[in-house]
Amino acid sequence: MTKWNLIIDIEKCEDCNNCFLACKDEHVDNEWPGYTDSQPRHGHRWINILRKERGQFPLIDVAYRPTPCMHCDDAPCIAAAEGGAISKRDDGIVLIDPRKAKGQKNLVKSCPYGAIWWNAEKNVPQKCTLCAHLLDAGWKEPRCVQVCPTGALKIVRVDDSSMQAQVENQDLEILFPEQQTRPRVYYKNLHRYACCFIAGSVSVKTGETVDCAQGAAVALVKDDAIVAKVIADNYGDFKFDKIEPGSGTYRLKVAYKEYAARTITVELAHSVSLEDIVFG
Amino acid sequence: MNFADKVLDTILFGMGQAIRMTAARHSSFKKRIRGKDFIAQIKTLDGSTGRYFIFQPKIFSSRKGIHAKADVNYIISNSKLAVKLFTPPRDQLDMINAAKDGHVMVEGPDELAMWFSQTLNLLFTTGTKYGTEMDDGVMRYTSNTNGGPIFVYVKDNKIIRITPIEFDDMDAPPWTIHARGKRFTPPRKTTVSPHTMGWKSMVYSKDRILYPMKRVDFDVNGERNPQNRGISEYERISWDEALDLVAGEIKRVKRDCGPGAILNGSGSHHTWGHLGYWLSARLRFFNSLGFTPVVHNPDSWEGWYWGAMHHWGHSARLGAGEAYGTIEDCLQEAEMVVFWSSDPEATSGVYGAFEGTVRRQWLKEVGMELVHIDPFYNHTAALLGGKWLAPRPATGNALSLAIAYVWITEDLYDKTYVADRTVGFDQWKDYILGKEDGIPKTPEWQEKEAGIAAKDVRALARQWGTKKTYLAAGGINGFGSACRCATGNEWARSMVCLMAMQGLGKPGVNLGGMQQGTPVDHRFYFPGYAEGGLSGDYQGTAMAVSLYQRMPQLPTVNTVAQRVPRLKIPEAIMDGKCEGYPTDPFTIEGQFLKFGYPTPGHSPVKLYYKYGGSHFGTMNETNRYVRAYRSNGLECVVNQSIWFEGEAKFADVILPACTSFERWDISEFANCGGYIPHCYNQCNHRVAVIQHKCIEPLGESKSDFMIFLEVAKRLGLGAPFSEGMTELDWCRRLFDATDLPGKISWKKFLKKGYYVIPAPPLAERPNVSYRWFAEDRLKDTPDLTPLPGDYTEQWRRGLQTQSGKLEFVCSSLERFDPNDPERPTMTKYIPSWEGHHSGALYQKYPLQLISPHPRFSFHTMGDGKDSIINDIKDHRILIDGYYYWIVRINSRDAEARSIKANDLVKVFNDRGAVICAVQLTERLPKGTVHSYESCAVYDPVGEPGESPDRGGCINQLTPSRMIIKKSHATASNSCLVQIEAWQPEEEEAS
Repeated sequence: MTKWNLIIDIEKCEDCNNCFLACKDEHVDNEWPGYTDSQPRHGHRWINILRKERGQFPLIDVAYRPTPCMHCDDAPCIAAAEGGAISKRDDGIVLIDPRKAKGQKNLVKSCPYGAIWWNAEKNVPQKCTLCAHLLDAGWKEPRCVQVCPTGALKIVRVDDSSMQAQVENQDLEILFPEQQTRPRVYYKNLHRYACCFIAGSVSVKTGETVDCAQGAAVALVKDDAIVAKVIADNYGDFKFDKIEPGSGTYRLKVAYKEYAARTITVELAHSVSLEDIVFG
Repeated sequence: MNFADKVLDTILFGMGQAIRMTAARHSSFKKRIRGKDFIAQIKTLDGSTGRYFIFQPKIFSSRKGIHAKADVNYIISNSKLAVKLFTPPRDQLDMINAAKDGHVMVEGPDELAMWFSQTLNLLFTTGTKYGTEMDDGVMRYTSNTNGGPIFVYVKDNKIIRITPIEFDDMDAPPWTIHARGKRFTPPRKTTVSPHTMGWKSMVYSKDRILYPMKRVDFDVNGERNPQNRGISEYERISWDEALDLVAGEIKRVKRDCGPGAILNGSGSHHTWGHLGYWLSARLRFFNSLGFTPVVHNPDSWEGWYWGAMHHWGHSARLGAGEAYGTIEDCLQEAEMVVFWSSDPEATSGVYGAFEGTVRRQWLKEVGMELVHIDPFYNHTAALLGGKWLAPRPATGNALSLAIAYVWITEDLYDKTYVADRTVGFDQWKDYILGKEDGIPKTPEWQEKEAGIAAKDVRALARQWGTKKTYLAAGGINGFGSACRCATGNEWARSMVCLMAMQGLGKPGVNLGGMQQGTPVDHRFYFPGYAEGGLSGDYQGTAMAVSLYQRMPQLPTVNTVAQRVPRLKIPEAIMDGKCEGYPTDPFTIEGQFLKFGYPTPGHSPVKLYYKYGGSHFGTMNETNRYVRAYRSNGLECVVNQSIWFEGEAKFADVILPACTSFERWDISEFANCGGYIPHCYNQCNHRVAVIQHKCIEPLGESKSDFMIFLEVAKRLGLGAPFSEGMTELDWCRRLFDATDLPGKISWKKFLKKGYYVIPAPPLAERPNVSYRWFAEDRLKDTPDLTPLPGDYTEQWRRGLQTQSGKLEFVCSSLERFDPNDPERPTMTKYIPSWEGHHSGALYQKYPLQLISPHPRFSFHTMGDGKDSIINDIKDHRILIDGYYYWIVRINSRDAEARSIKANDLVKVFNDRGAVICAVQLTERLPKGTVHSYESCAVYDPVGEPGESPDRGGCINQLTPSRMIIKKSHATASNSCLVQIEAWQPEEEEAS
């Protein structure tokens, strides 16, 4: 049995908001009986884009995490719903029945991903439907995927073992695995949003002139073991990524030409852009 | 009766039959003809042949012969000509020649004559099938926007959804570029901008103007109360009342004051559609009245127009460089791309949706090295990565001069090219080395001005000087916030000089960041909007290039020589005088010719008929514009707008216009033409679109064309304005003018809605920009300009400059004003007149504000008006029920002012104050703040023009001083401000 899955590549999301707007275009002022009531013009974010800046000026990066409904295989909202107000289809899509779910405001809090929104006017909880009404009518993609200009959003209909193979091949991750919800939305390059980096820049002073120390060798050390090594580029810049936030003490060993090597200690809470390392 | 008479007889009989049958088949047509009670007649001049058509409420009939008392007479000089004119296919040129030469005369009231003529034209178009039937009673139409072509799904006269166009199997296949052992092919669909996706919410906005309105305290026969503009209430009036009022005032000011009394201006853009665009119907109408036009400053191009042009010409491009074949050349040959004041992911080039995005992703696939130079870590930098350098705003060419210094002292530039293809280098080189002013323009010198670490400047210069590099200066060639700044001229000039040092036009050495230069068909003719549509204006548009011959139309000429520079509208109105310099595409020297307002012998402006309401958000020091409306300078203000926002709220009479979804039009994806020739080569595919009338106009709103027609009729101008045609008729005429008829029939095009123009075979792709120049050959790119007279020795050889080469020392400036300290004959560092050298002013206002073009709205289009664009987190922030504009500020600047994220702050200087919500960010250096311009909402907390604006019009704060005295140029990005927490109670007390 093939099922729908969404793959979101964090590295390709630029926060253009086309997905957010297309979702509103489809659901504001449109009723889809059997699928969902219309969404209010303002206030809901059935696909919610969160922004993360990492580092400090000027060595920074920015990532965006589009967050729709996860269409979980073990959905907490289904468990919390009364009268079978939320159900999961054979193709993986989770739908709220707008009639049965009337008045169940508690369902908003039941979702650990914040994917459920309250429609005060219609007295009903609502969320992303993966545009099931369109997919059922033969559309190949939900609205958000269709308008994404970078290919950050991809929809895939395969059986679960094929999907598992893709997860392994592409290093895909799910959000909040500790919640054990078994989402059908997978993230690629999630580290851009969820992990830390340690970045810096190496330069060398000769007389009065400071120049970038291209080729400086930098090693990242944790508990006396070298975790990673990079060579500084022509700007003397280097970056170590995919570091777990709050993971304790790291040391950077920086070597450049004949100069005495330096060691810098970092207590990692969030991403760090070090002060310039100047040799000479 | 001769043979021609007999044929004409038959044709006229057939006409009568056609009217009867069309009415029987189509209830809308039946309703139309039953609504009249008059007799129209078509006859030959000698009366030998004729037929009259009797329109009555209960019945229609027609009779052969001549009626002595017909209300309307169409008189054609002879039967032979009449037969020719009435037999399809109708040749528009024949019709126009016949009208001009007196072969066709019309007698009778304009209203009835026009109605009859349009009725006859409707015989061809009534019942035309258009759109694709989907399931469930839904029709899928097509339209086009400032952010890409779209499908529009409609059911029961309501728009359901708007999507990009995905091509089908019948559409032309895409091109492929082979580079570095890989194949690059774009997806077979169009992309769309965020503002395009917001359109449904803009069509159905509660701020739509649904009926004509008049200010309650404006009495055209009594007190006009101009001082109340902006605070008065409005009352609904009928169209008749509104149109009579407007026509009456037009006649009155011309009668009482004379030529020039009517002022008309528009924004720089419009809702899409070449026939409806601001260079089309509007010009036809106002030219026919005689009016003082507001002339635009070259807003997108400023420093390129007033500065860079003197180094390389390109006046027809307003100083921007050409862009052909560069996607392929860059992918195949380049090693590095420098994005300098360039954020195409946010600005879409212009009208380019996200066409360039996939191509920029290809840059990463080939391992291109990327550098981004921008005070703000912009969206292109964030998506693509690469080295980011953040210069202090308003430091223009400081960084460029330092780069040149390194190239000179380390021999990292193309000496042969400089020797062969340029002039004046040695003199400029001496300046760079400090031989002229004793200040060598070293990276260390630069660091004190622009703030980039000297080491990084050396690293960049060495990287650039040893790799084949593309320079994207601006989102597309000739743009960039850095050019709209006190230092804008010198920045743009230095961009040309740097490229001149590196061999512009050699393989891998060119301009652009993958935004322009796709290998689409450049020979297939489809006009851009700047070619003037149906304006008839061969002087004020690019119509003379091709469209005037391809779509023959009655010419229109403005009889008034007076003009008002757009940035000086307030001075013209309040002071009664101002000066300007022209935006002239024909020659380099055109920009030197100062003009004054008022023009001798002309009336000062008294009636301001404004098209749209954007100026408060888009011009500079915009409290001036607010005050101008409320001064005594204007006797009457008419505003024609779609939404009740901005300047519409300052009008005496408001005419409701409808959106492009509610009328017919025709256009091409991103095709502006004129000042950006071949603009469509931003697109992966050329797509021609019929913009179906998807729904009926909301309320009583009408298309601009119809509004102008109604006013025109009251001035006896109905026939020349419309040429007796409906908007759909004009769409057909434009279709016939293009190369479409050879490829797809009108019927098919109308039904399907779009046509993908096939990409040419490899051998027919355009040649690379400037390759011809680098190799000293005749120009072989599709660019038709400059004009022959502007070539020095041989047509198509060399650049538009006097030497024909890239000039480091500009001959045009030598001739004009060699001692102008504001614009020296070669590019030099001139500190900004508003910046970190501004002494006491800088102490008072220590933050430098940059205000680039907005990302999610298309200028004001999309912002405000209760659209869903406002819900975007990076567009506006909802606090206590109000959507606030955003100011972006570095965490350290915020901390020093005890300001936190989402706080409300006052951004202010001596020119005004704007209330914004704070976004804390590391994307800016300390001392620089960022807020987009082009807010649609003007919402003063107190008296308009004298109190802080809560809507977000950041342009209240920007300077009204011209970049240089001898220019008409906005310097918006040299702007000093202070920011503090907003205390509304204090404000009310003071």
